[in-house]
Amino acid sequence: MEILVATAVGALTAGGVYLILRLRAFAVILGMAMLSYAVNVFLFSTGRLAINAAPILTGYEAGDYSGYTDPLPQALVLTAIVISFGMTAVLVMFSLGAYLEAGDDRIDMDGPDTLPDGEAEVTDGAEDAAHLTIEIEPKESGA
Amino acid sequence: MFSDSSLLPIIAILPFLGALVPGVMIRAGRTACASFTAIPTVLALVMLGTLAPGVMDGTVYRAEIVWLPQLGLSASFFLDGLGLLFAGMILGVGLLITLYARYYLSGEDPMGQFYTYLLLFQGAMLGIVLSDNILLLLIFWELTSLSSFLLIGYWKHLPEGRQGARMALTVTGAGGLAMIGGMLILGNVVGSYNLTDILAAGDQIRASDWYAPALILILLGAFTKSAQFPFHFWLPHAMAAPTPVSAYLHSATMVKAGVFLMARMWPALAGTDMWFYIVATVGLVTMVLGAVIALFKDDLKALLAFSTVSHLGLLTMLLGFGTPEAAIAAVFHIINHLTFKAALFMTAGIVDHEAHTRDIKRLGGLARLMPITATIGTVAALSMAGIPLFNGFLSKELMLHEAAHVTWYQNPWIVGALATLGSLFSVAYSLRFIFHVFGGPVRDDYPAKPHDPPFGLWAAPAFLCVFVVLIGVAPFLAQPVVRMAAEAVTGEELSFYFKIWHGVNTALLMSIAAIVGGVILLGLHRYLDRLWIAAPRPEAKTIFDGLIAGVVGWMRGITGWLHHGAISRYLAVFVVATLVVGVAAFLGGEMGQQTRALTPIPPVAPLGWLLLVVATVLVVVHHRSRFRALVLIGVIGLMISLGFVFLSAPDLALTQISVETVTILLLLLALHFLPKETPVESSGGRRFGDAAIAIAAGVAVAGLAYAFMTRDFNSISDFHLANSKSGGGGTNVVNVILVDFRGYDTYGEIIVLGIAGLAIFALMESLLAGPAGRRLRNADYTLDRSKDRHPLMMVVATRVMLPIAMMVGIFIFLRGHNQPGGGFVAGLVFSIALLMQYMASGFAWTTRRQRLEYHALIGFGVVIAGLTGVGSWFAGRPFLTSSFGYFEFPPIEEFELATAMLFDLGVFLCVLGAVMLMLFGLSRLARHAGETVNKEPMEYDPSNAVAAATTRERR
Repeated sequence: MEILVATAVGALTAGGVYLILRLRAFAVILGMAMLSYAVNVFLFSTGRLAINAAPILTGYEAGDYSGYTDPLPQALVLTAIVISFGMTAVLVMFSLGAYLEAGDDRIDMDGPDTLPDGEAEVTDGAEDAAHLTIEIEPKESGA
Repeated sequence: MFSDSSLLPIIAILPFLGALVPGVMIRAGRTACASFTAIPTVLALVMLGTLAPGVMDGTVYRAEIVWLPQLGLSASFFLDGLGLLFAGMILGVGLLITLYARYYLSGEDPMGQFYTYLLLFQGAMLGIVLSDNILLLLIFWELTSLSSFLLIGYWKHLPEGRQGARMALTVTGAGGLAMIGGMLILGNVVGSYNLTDILAAGDQIRASDWYAPALILILLGAFTKSAQFPFHFWLPHAMAAPTPVSAYLHSATMVKAGVFLMARMWPALAGTDMWFYIVATVGLVTMVLGAVIALFKDDLKALLAFSTVSHLGLLTMLLGFGTPEAAIAAVFHIINHLTFKAALFMTAGIVDHEAHTRDIKRLGGLARLMPITATIGTVAALSMAGIPLFNGFLSKELMLHEAAHVTWYQNPWIVGALATLGSLFSVAYSLRFIFHVFGGPVRDDYPAKPHDPPFGLWAAPAFLCVFVVLIGVAPFLAQPVVRMAAEAVTGEELSFYFKIWHGVNTALLMSIAAIVGGVILLGLHRYLDRLWIAAPRPEAKTIFDGLIAGVVGWMRGITGWLHHGAISRYLAVFVVATLVVGVAAFLGGEMGQQTRALTPIPPVAPLGWLLLVVATVLVVVHHRSRFRALVLIGVIGLMISLGFVFLSAPDLALTQISVETVTILLLLLALHFLPKETPVESSGGRRFGDAAIAIAAGVAVAGLAYAFMTRDFNSISDFHLANSKSGGGGTNVVNVILVDFRGYDTYGEIIVLGIAGLAIFALMESLLAGPAGRRLRNADYTLDRSKDRHPLMMVVATRVMLPIAMMVGIFIFLRGHNQPGGGFVAGLVFSIALLMQYMASGFAWTTRRQRLEYHALIGFGVVIAGLTGVGSWFAGRPFLTSSFGYFEFPPIEEFELATAMLFDLGVFLCVLGAVMLMLFGLSRLARHAGETVNKEPMEYDPSNAVAAATTRERR
């Protein structure tokens, strides 16, 4: 079981890191979401894995707590999940704002001198900016 | 109990308190402002005066305010002879400068600011000389750099002022940084940061391997502050400051801080060959160099600045000799230099003030026009030259005497010869100050007609000149003070007697040679000056500027390479750096044995794992088609929730699945406005490189997680399990941790969430007001849309579900303390239920029925949670301690009520408000994009259609 969890965390991390290295905001948001999963599961796993040992006390027996898994990482992860939602939301709003202001959702700064070598094929953002197209429903249906 | 020692912290803090006053008092007029500046100084002086007799008798006063004793951090002060001497000088001259500046500064200068800076600086200097803790001393040391920066750059409109201030800050600040390193080494060697302990551990320090680095670092701090070669160049540039500042900082206080530090550290660091060769040599070079340059400076203040550099070199050299006699000479010269140099600076200021120029070549003959000033200037300058019957002569004799008896690298005469040479130039520039400014015929081309200034301006330098003459004629008057301070420096009993006439000895011959040579040199000045101007010489400012530009360029190169505006590059650097650090830590440490057996894999688990991994891979492969990627992300979230269920974390599973829902909703809403596809932008090579980084990171994290899970370690978790029921009143340990044990954490987190919600709202507001809003309103639409945006089935289904969903939410909330659930999950469930209404019945319809603003929900949430915490104060317990009891309501069985539940209510409200505010903000965008709002819950009402059909039939 440990191997499965560890590899899953690894896969999520790798996917997340790859996506945050992309050039568009949406991919980065997806990457951050995947990294949050990875981090949350990793933190959770620091309490070690246990099956059928939820930290819900049943018999109120004193002294022997071997039947319960570690509750502390769970509590920490619970708030982390909610906070990572908040983070994702703020991130989404930033990129949306940047997209609406600038006309494209590239995350890197413009200008040929600031772009790294080997990335010459970046499309010209100015063109997008001039004519924003939102692919949503038309104002009125054909009627 | 009140003791004399408790005055020390008060003395140290007085100037800082006083610094608050002048800025306000300036409204009451300039004299009132100056008077209020003088008050804290006078008070501190009086307090110092009450302690002075004790210090003279050899008492060392100590006061300590303990802060973090475990780390050796405390605000401790002490006052011994050296401290008393310096504190007296700082306060006394500070008082004179306050008076002088009142008349010197013009009506246009912001005087309140000046006095505030002055008192800040005075407080910082006092702190240095009174600190008993070297860390505290360092803080005051940096404060002097900062406040002197403000003072030197006081005339903000002058570019030289700003440049000079920056240069002073750079040089002294860099030295201060070096000194921090040295002090920390010193503290580590001794095992205490208390100056008293360090001074007592001199042998231990000198024997330590770390002696050399500590010495060099500390000396760097002292040399930069005291303008020693090769760091002397900042001092002349700092002369762009108003003259009161120069007189205070560059004669009496700031530049003496380095000398003070060397004197203070004398018992701990001095007495080795290394100390002698570094300190004495640097001092000697500085003394000669400063004196030579001073002779050829035409600006009065520049002359005095280089003369100060030279005299500081003299002091440094004396301290470098490391003998008690040299220390006595140094202490005596500190006093003498203070008196004549401060007076000279003030004289130069008066000349500048009255004649409107400080250029020696444009002055001359002022003795007839301003006799009082001329007298003061002449007395002080004669003392600087070392002419008998003035105090400068006495300490210079002592210096020459010491210099003549020093052997430098088996050479018995070089130090004496160079010291004489320095004195010779010193005589020359002092006499030049007298004869070229005050002497000679009266000219008729002064920029302004000079005359003696009002009493207020010449009172301070005249007062200092009294000391110049008094000590010069009756040196025994200064003897007790010098003995007190010198004994504090050396830490041993000293007995000596100052006399004017020592008989004809080497020192006197050297003195005579210097005076005669100086007079000849002055006679030749006209010719030498031409040579000097013609000769090439390095310009310190150019070198300094070049150096700074080089460093800036270098740093810009590094920054540009690491983070050149492309965040993807920056993130790659970040990930790789983290990996490297992690691998380095892994290789450097030792791995423990695996102690836990692997948990068996149940048959269904591999299936979930496969789904998750495949979904992850697919997200990466298909991230360009964004809708598809969102669906796949949802699969990952679901698998993780299932994993939590499976691995005994029901609370996490509940939270994860509800967060998953709102996240997908949020991203869907956002995607509405964003492009639906990601274009291919990066080259294959780059993608390959990124993939390599990503896989390396994944493998590292997987390995770490595996290592973590297969090893045992002790944690504090058993405490929570044991006390959850008895202490927190709940059986769901996770929830009890959240609302009780770690309630403070949770409180902070809901505030963060609330702030995130409000930030999004604010961002949206400003977006809609700006160009983005205009662009949205003019947006085109390309996709066809459904004719029935709010289908009947969905409207009906969500309305039926609303009460059920609410019920589930309340149920989850109530059971939270004992069973999986709680405020977080309940808040999310409620949000989902409300969001469904938005989606099904439309924005306008739902908003009309919304009675409460979401902002208010966040506010209520935080307030309720906070008040619950405050409530425990009334029960006499710390913030957020929960209490609980059992109650019986007849129809229901025994029922538990805990204050934690109230706290959880706050959590619930805050989560609900924040989540709704975030999604609400996004949906508002849609309205600005010109989307029509449905008036009715359903745009397509089938009953209308039926009615229409019936009408048609009838027809």
